Amino acid sequence: MQSQETPTLKAEARNLNFFYGQMQALKKINMPVYDKKVTALIGPSGCGKSTYLRSFNRMHDLYPGNRYEGEIRNTNLLAADVDPIEVRMRVGMVFQKPNPFPKSIFENVAYGLRVRGENNRRVLDDKVERALRDAAIWEEVKDRLPEQAPNLSGGQQQRLCIARALATDPELLLFDEPTSALDPIATAAIEELIHDLKKRVTILIVTHNMQQAARVSDYTAYMFLGEMIEFGKTDEIFIKPKDKRTEDYITGRMG
Amino acid sequence: MKALTTEEIRAVIARGKLRDNLFKALGIFCLSFALLVIVALIADMVIKGSERFTLDFFLNFASRRATQAGILSAWVGSLLVMFVTALAAVPLGVAAGLYLEEYAKRNWITTVIEINITNLAAVPSIVYGLLALGIFVYQFGFGQSILSAGLTLALLILPIIIVSTREAIRAIPAMIREGSMAVGATRWQTCRYHIVPYAMPGILTGVIIGLARAIGETAPIITIGALTFIAFLPPAPFAGEPAAGLFDWVMAPFTVMPIQIFNWTSRPDPAFEVNAAAAGFVLMAMVLSMNAVAIYLRYKMRKNIKW
Repeated sequence: MQSQETPTLKAEARNLNFFYGQMQALKKINMPVYDKKVTALIGPSGCGKSTYLRSFNRMHDLYPGNRYEGEIRNTNLLAADVDPIEVRMRVGMVFQKPNPFPKSIFENVAYGLRVRGENNRRVLDDKVERALRDAAIWEEVKDRLPEQAPNLSGGQQQRLCIARALATDPELLLFDEPTSALDPIATAAIEELIHDLKKRVTILIVTHNMQQAARVSDYTAYMFLGEMIEFGKTDEIFIKPKDKRTEDYITGRMG
Repeated sequence: MKALTTEEIRAVIARGKLRDNLFKALGIFCLSFALLVIVALIADMVIKGSERFTLDFFLNFASRRATQAGILSAWVGSLLVMFVTALAAVPLGVAAGLYLEEYAKRNWITTVIEINITNLAAVPSIVYGLLALGIFVYQFGFGQSILSAGLTLALLILPIIIVSTREAIRAIPAMIREGSMAVGATRWQTCRYHIVPYAMPGILTGVIIGLARAIGETAPIITIGALTFIAFLPPAPFAGEPAAGLFDWVMAPFTVMPIQIFNWTSRPDPAFEVNAAAAGFVLMAMVLSMNAVAIYLRYKMRKNIKW
């Protein structure tokens, strides 16, 4: 599948099944996640891409009646003996709708550190600034750190949420349609940010926007009805998909 | 089918508007009826009790002479009982509500518990009085004290606090909870940093509405044996000879506003009716000011909480 250098594996889904109660939402998913690459998950609504993404940080464990089978290996994310909280300590997440806490800008970013028991003001100041810089929002908010975060614009809120996730140095960063609630300018800013971030962190992104997948990702996975139809380098998926269903979706004949 | 003529359309609209207006009139009538009753009640108490609105009325103990009788022991008693009630009911109610919303598994046991909490809110207050008479007054030996009364009323308003806590928590969007858990927080950290602070305006409203109900309760307080004629105050901490302890007042006998009013209305001498009316107005003012505080707090705290 890959012609040139083979990237290192960060994680790997092996025969992953997922059930909401009786309903099977993911069927035997197998997929590698490569280190310091961006992998886009695309597919029509209800295909299970968000469900799959949320398996990586065990978000499903918050709700009763959800069940996994199989595993996400290498980082042992789904192994039964790993506490979901431990998993979330190492995997950051940015949600579809910006969800800043109704607290100050500073406290939003510092929260992950506080959860880890960090209360030293100097350390917090340093790490908050670094995270805000990494999320490309420092210049806009450096003079208003004590202000309430929900007063920021939608695009700023989303970058703040990225800073919140970055503050704790995650190994893997999950984006669940991070720009679907944003205007084109804010969307461009986030995409640029994702491009910069992959130097340091592995990224998985769910997107409805095929151009976005083509722009930001190195690898793309096409999902349909809970199955992984095709996975490969983004160029190959978009230029010459192997599966008829992938081609139909990408060319707009379906979805 | 033939289209309606302009006249016909206008006739249909006129018929509809007539009903609109009929209902409008009915609604205004019902609303003004309810408001009038309240205004009349308050005005009646103010007019009847007007000659008692003096400082002495607030600083005098009960007396056999109506003109000298005051509500000192009653309002002090009410405030102290409310203090004990709040101290007991708030931590219990908030913790119970928080547990049910954030920790409890959804199964038939929690469903039964939830239904019963709602039912508890409907239990007649006299039944709480009987329960408290057996448990607090005799079994635990608290006697006919402020402590017994405070705990009884705490039981009474516990369901109100639990229900309002749960409603306040449920109003917090799931994405806030997920945002917190996603950085690796435990449930407790999520509750401590987010759920409880964001639910606080709603919780406080519930607490004050509960207390406003408790302060007017008469039946359970009579059942556990509040005194109706009392000419002394509970011992202040570290006062008197020998010096009272910090919490000696909780075991003191007491009376409260509604009991004092009840006592005065049952006297044959019509002069006491003036006292009852004046005390009734004071009680009303206490309840209304508690509600005002609730509204103010909610407004002030909600300003900073939005998603």
